[in-house]
Formats: sequence, structure tokens, C-alpha cells
Amino acid sequence: MATITTAALVARCQALFDDISFGAARQWKAAAPGRKVVAYMPIYVPREIIHAAGMLPLGILGAGESLEVIHGDAYYQSYICRIPRSTLDLGITGRLDFVDGFLFPSICDVIRNLSGIWKILFPEVYVRYFDVPQNFDPEVGGTFYRHELQELREGLARLAGSPISDDALRASFALYNRNRRLVRELYAFRAEAPWRVPASELYLVQRAGMVLPVEEHNQLLADYLAAARAEERPRRDNCRVVLNGVFCEQPPLSLIKAIEMSGCYVVDDDFMLVNRWLLEDLPVSGDPIAALATAFLGGSTETGAKYQPRRELKGRYILDAVRASAAEGVIFAAPSFCDPALLERPMLEAVLDRVDVPHIGFKYAENSAQMQPVREQAGTFADSIKLWSAP
Amino acid sequence: MTASAPSHRSPVPVREVVKEASMVKQKEMIARNYDLLTSTAEHGRKVASTFVPGNLNELIMCFDMLNNLPEINAIQNGMRKLSGDYIAEAEKRGHSEDVCTYVKADLGMIAKGNVSPNGKPLPRPDLLLLSYTGCFTFMKWFELLREEYKCPTVMLHVPYQGDGETTKNMRDYIVKQLRQEVIPALERVSGVKFDIDRLRGYLRESARAEDDLVWVLESAKNKPAPIDAYFGGVYYIGPIFTAFRGTPDATEYYRLLRSEITERIRLGLGPITPEGDMKSQKYRLVVEGPPNWTSFREFWKMFYDDGAVVVASSYTKVGGTYDLGFRHDPDHPLESLADYCMGVYTNRNLPQRIDLLEKYMDEYQADGLLINSIKSCNSFSAGQLMIMREVEKRTGKPAAFIETDLVDPRYFSAANVKNRLESYFQMIDQKRGSAPSAA
Repeated sequence: MATITTAALVARCQALFDDISFGAARQWKAAAPGRKVVAYMPIYVPREIIHAAGMLPLGILGAGESLEVIHGDAYYQSYICRIPRSTLDLGITGRLDFVDGFLFPSICDVIRNLSGIWKILFPEVYVRYFDVPQNFDPEVGGTFYRHELQELREGLARLAGSPISDDALRASFALYNRNRRLVRELYAFRAEAPWRVPASELYLVQRAGMVLPVEEHNQLLADYLAAARAEERPRRDNCRVVLNGVFCEQPPLSLIKAIEMSGCYVVDDDFMLVNRWLLEDLPVSGDPIAALATAFLGGSTETGAKYQPRRELKGRYILDAVRASAAEGVIFAAPSFCDPALLERPMLEAVLDRVDVPHIGFKYAENSAQMQPVREQAGTFADSIKLWSAP
Repeated sequence: MTASAPSHRSPVPVREVVKEASMVKQKEMIARNYDLLTSTAEHGRKVASTFVPGNLNELIMCFDMLNNLPEINAIQNGMRKLSGDYIAEAEKRGHSEDVCTYVKADLGMIAKGNVSPNGKPLPRPDLLLLSYTGCFTFMKWFELLREEYKCPTVMLHVPYQGDGETTKNMRDYIVKQLRQEVIPALERVSGVKFDIDRLRGYLRESARAEDDLVWVLESAKNKPAPIDAYFGGVYYIGPIFTAFRGTPDATEYYRLLRSEITERIRLGLGPITPEGDMKSQKYRLVVEGPPNWTSFREFWKMFYDDGAVVVASSYTKVGGTYDLGFRHDPDHPLESLADYCMGVYTNRNLPQRIDLLEKYMDEYQADGLLINSIKSCNSFSAGQLMIMREVEKRTGKPAAFIETDLVDPRYFSAANVKNRLESYFQMIDQKRGSAPSAA
């Protein structure tokens, strides 16, 4: 019998989510002398290397809806998405003044160029644009990526002040393997009984993993799973949907709730893919850098930011997600001006159309305030699925 | 990312200008290439579609293939006032209003018959050669084209200069992709065996033309500047950025151009504009960002009417930064192609871009920096306000910011742009104490 309720756990996650000064990460850093924090942006960085260096990986996904962006707007035109401007605002207002390093992964031109801005504005911070291969041949892209990983390892070791041993990496792999297993378990449980894991709760529990040490997040995930399994909740007559396109700039929490309140159970999504990027456990023996490279090349998630070399497989992942989660439709929600999500969408829609999976799409910004249109659109979508897709 | 030479249609009434030999030459080259592209059924040559930044023209020629550049088609359609309809067509088919208008103009063009500027349909490419250089959208663009054409696709992933440098690992990665992926794909599609000596020959030819191109671009250091390095510059980069790099035609074009500009310098003449020689040069500008194509002539006129000449631009470096010393090297052919790809302007990080613009401001004795920020192009645009601040801070010269788009006519507001430019020119006047310094 679980002793902690989902409500208590979610309240803790909500507090972490609301705190855009990152108090938990600050406390972690202050708890022992010499501790360092390395921030990263979506979608994927190998957090294991940061952890193995004794540093805290800190996921930055913009500032959400609570921060009034003032400084960031002076750096970005109106036709660029919101996540770089609110992230910059976090930096300029000192909310990230405890961050010692910042990794900007290869996802799009906006995040790529933000790495250069960060280098200029915060010269004291270790800044690295983290490139990943779009060629998945182990001899070609794999060799390149192993070198990149090794360079990252050396850079982080310099920041940490000591080398990162293979054993330390393997120990971190074990912790993150457990994290990924728990996240997979949570997603599987949600797909099985979505009324017992509301989308907004799963989101907050995942999001906590952006700011907590992996050891604490593992405990949180285990506690939440136990509590969710122990608690009965009313089951609604909702349809089951996959939510796609939310892998970088985040929608407001109210939008996630609005989708659910409109009659849609979210049974799969692409929130915080860093938690689910690697699909299998990393081996805890052998060459750890080679293991990270192999896992990336052959066993990582597909998104709009990743090239699919085989045309016949393009977009199949959305169909796989629909089938694996027994979804009845897909909601494409993309941040305004998000190239990877918006350019990907027509290809995914075509895949769904070929097998008559219904879908709708809309755009948002992290500070979108009007939820009525989303409720109406998602509600109509849910009604249409119930009316027309019933056997 | 370049314009074809002269035959323009424009709302701006202009008198006919006498064409110089280089203009005639370029026009012939482009017309011939479109004729070749639209007659593949007769001659049977295979076609590779590819991009300007990271263009591997010499390699493509090694396989007797033709080079078709969707960016150039989009530009052509922008200048011929066709892109608006094409973009609308793509949006009607579900493409977001938020994404790159080159992509949508291309997809809309395909949907409406894929008609080339010579009035004949372009062929389906035999290979999509995705040189993923300096712009993330390229990757998505060719994934979308692959759905249209269902033809073989090969990617060349070029790592970004995140730390402001190229490394051996990055170069090795590109060379390995060329050897193991790109060249075998070209061989398969063309049926022609790769001959590295043939490649060396083309690269040797490229380097000759590159020498003259750099001379041409740097001629704007003269006062008066004999060229406009942005509006005129897009014509000058045409051959070398597109299907002609490595050909004797390109070498001949740049030789002609160089001799014409030598003569202009001797005579103390300014650039040729659509309305004849530019008479007065009151403002020397460095421009960052691509031009607007749908109102190109109108846009240019706003500059030369007020005596503003562009002496250096970043846009003329998207197909290679030859003025920083790079030359294609026949002794290291594949490595040289790798270095070329990594060096294009948009593959350089923001601090490098700022350094380059500062250098231009200094070396070309510019009065200011103007940024033309393009709604469609995150690769260029994200970070440009930072660039503006930094260049202003380092040089003490005024900078200004205007916003347009590549080929979407909805995002060119002539009155707004003109207003901003006029205010900017006044600002420059004030800054230098109302004493025009340019020639």
C-alpha cells in the first residue's frame, strides 16, 4: 500500500515546475562545496556524462507562462518562437546565475544560434553546441559521434576539475537506465489506464526530472507509480489520443489540462524526450562512449529533428505510437514558428491519412492564454471520434 | 540563393540599360542550363537536386549529371511574381504559414506543374543530394521532396562550427560520407564511375574563378565603389554558387566581370543599377541577411535613390567564404569539398558572424550596418538583434534593422521599409556630423 498520495507528489512537482529560479538545483549546488550545474536544452544530451562528472544536469525548457519576458524580446523578432527569448530572459535576469555550463543540442537553427548568443552574453559559462550525427552508419556517423562525445567528456571534465572515469560513466548509466525504465513503465501504465494518470500529472512528474538529481527523480517516479496504481479514479468516456509536436517549447500546463477536460485521454506524447530518448538500457560494461554512440545510432527515438534515411519508414513512428498505445487519434500541437515540428507535420499527417487515423492540429506558445479554442477543437475532435470511429 | 541575370519584370518603371558582356554571358549560361534541365528526355542526362550552401557542383559534374537548385527556382519565381501563388498553394495543402517560404514556393511550384523559367516543366530529379549545410530546414525540405518524387536521396551532413572552428573529426566525417555514401549514390544513379582526377580538374577551374570573384567583391573597397556588393552582388555570385562552379564558362564569366570592373574603377564609375550608373554615393553600407526577391528592384531603388551603396554583404557568402581565403584545392579534393561546406557563412557560429561583419565594417570603411531580417529564415535571422548590438558596440557605427521575407510578397511592406531606411540614412548623417564622407 502506497503511503504517499499522488496529490502530495504532484504538489511537490508543481512547486518545482512553478519555481523559475530553480531553487531545488540551487540547493543541490549549495549543499556541498565545488558542486557544479550544467544546463541543457531540448531534445537530447547524454546526461550520463554530466552526472558522471559529479555535476547536476538541469533541463531548461523556457520560462513557461509565468514570466513576463522583457529582455528576451529585445533579442528576437516576433516571428521566432518563444523558447529562446524566455530562456534568454532567465539568463539576463540572473535566474540561471548558478549555472556553470550550458549545452545546446542540435535540434534547429534557433537553438543552434542561441548557443552563440550565450557564448557572447555569458562568457564565464562553459557553452557547447552539442552536435549529433544525421548519418547513422556506425563507421561514419558513429565514428564522428564518438569523437564528439569524447570532446564533450573532456570539456565537462575540465569544468568539473577532474577526469570522468569509465566506471563513473557506467554507474551513471545504471541510474539513468533505471530512470528510463521507470518512465517507460509510467507511460505503459498511463496507456493502459489513462484515467489513473492524468496527462498533466505525468507531465509534472516528468518535468521534475529536469531539475532533480536522477537519484531523487527515480524515487519520485517509483513513488508516483505506486501511488497511482493504488488510487482509484473515476473513468470518463474520453477518447484516446497521441499528442505530438511538444518536444521543445512547452505548452502551458492549462493547455494540457484543457485537452484532457475536452474529452481526450493523452495516451502517448513527445514531452521531454530526453527522458525517453534511448529506447534500451545502456550496457554497464565495455566502452561507455561506444555504448552511448551505439544507443544513439540504432536505438533512439524519432522526431522531426532527426533524419530518417529510409523513405518507407518516414513518419512510421507516429503510427507505431498510435498502435502501441491503442490511440484513436492524434493531436498535433506545435509551438508557433517551430520548424522541426511544423515541417514534419504534413509528412506525419500523410502517414495517418493512409490508414484513416483521425488527427487535428493547432499551434501554441508557452504563454498562450486563451484555452477556449483548444477546448472547442479538442472537444469536437473527441466527439467526432466517438461518433464516427465506433465499430 | 542567387539571382539570374537581368531579364526583370518590375512595377518600377525603368529605362533599358545597356548590358555588359558579363551580364549577357550569365544570362546565356542560365538559359542554357534551364534548357538542359528541361530536355533530359532528349539527351538522357541525369539530374541531381541540391542546395546552394554546400553545393557540390564539381562532384556532380564528375558523373555527367545536371544540377538543379530548388532555392534558385524559388528565387526565380519570386522575381517573376509567381511565388505568392505557389506559397498559397502549399499552404492550402497543409503547410504552415510559419515555415520557410522557399520550401513552400518549391512545393507549390511542383503542385502547379513544376514549370521552369523557360516555360517548360522541370524533370523529376534522379537524385536528391541533401547537403545539410548551415540550415536545418534543408533536411526537412528534402524529406518533403522525397515524398513528392520518391527518388533516391543521399544526405551529406555537415557539422556546424559551434565553437567557431572546424576540427579533424568534422572534416573526416564529411570526407567519409562523401566516399561511402555520396559518391556511391552518384555512381549508382548516373552509371558513371568516379574519377578523382576529373574532380581535380574541375576544382582547379573553380579556384581560378574564385580568385576573380574575390577580386570583384573586394573592389568595393574603392571609393567610389564600382559595384553594389548586395543587389549587384547577388548577380555576381550567380555562376559560382550554382550549376557552373568548376566550368570554363564560370571562369570566363568572372574574367569578363573583372575586366569590366577594372574599367569602372579606372573611370571612377559607381555600380550599374537597373536605371543606369549610380551617380552619387552618400552612404556605404554593410548588409547582413538575404534580400527580398519579390520586390527586388523596388527594394534596390530605395537604396540607390538615396545614394546608398552596399560595399559588403554576408549574403554573398552563403555559397562560400572565398574572401576569407578558402579556395577549392585539387591536391586535396574531398577534404577541400569538406572545408568548403563547413565554411559557408550560415555554418559559422554567431561570434564568427559578428567578427566577419565587424571586419567588413572596418575594411570597407562602411558608414553602418543594415540588417535585412527575413521572416522565413531562422538560420540567418535568429540572433540578428544580438549581431546588431555587438557590431554597433564594437564599431561605434549606427546599425539598423528592417524586416522582409524571401519570396512571400505578403511580408514586403514597401512604405515601412522605405521609412526605416530614410530614418537610418538620417541617423548616419547625424552621426557623422552632416558631412557625407563617401566619395
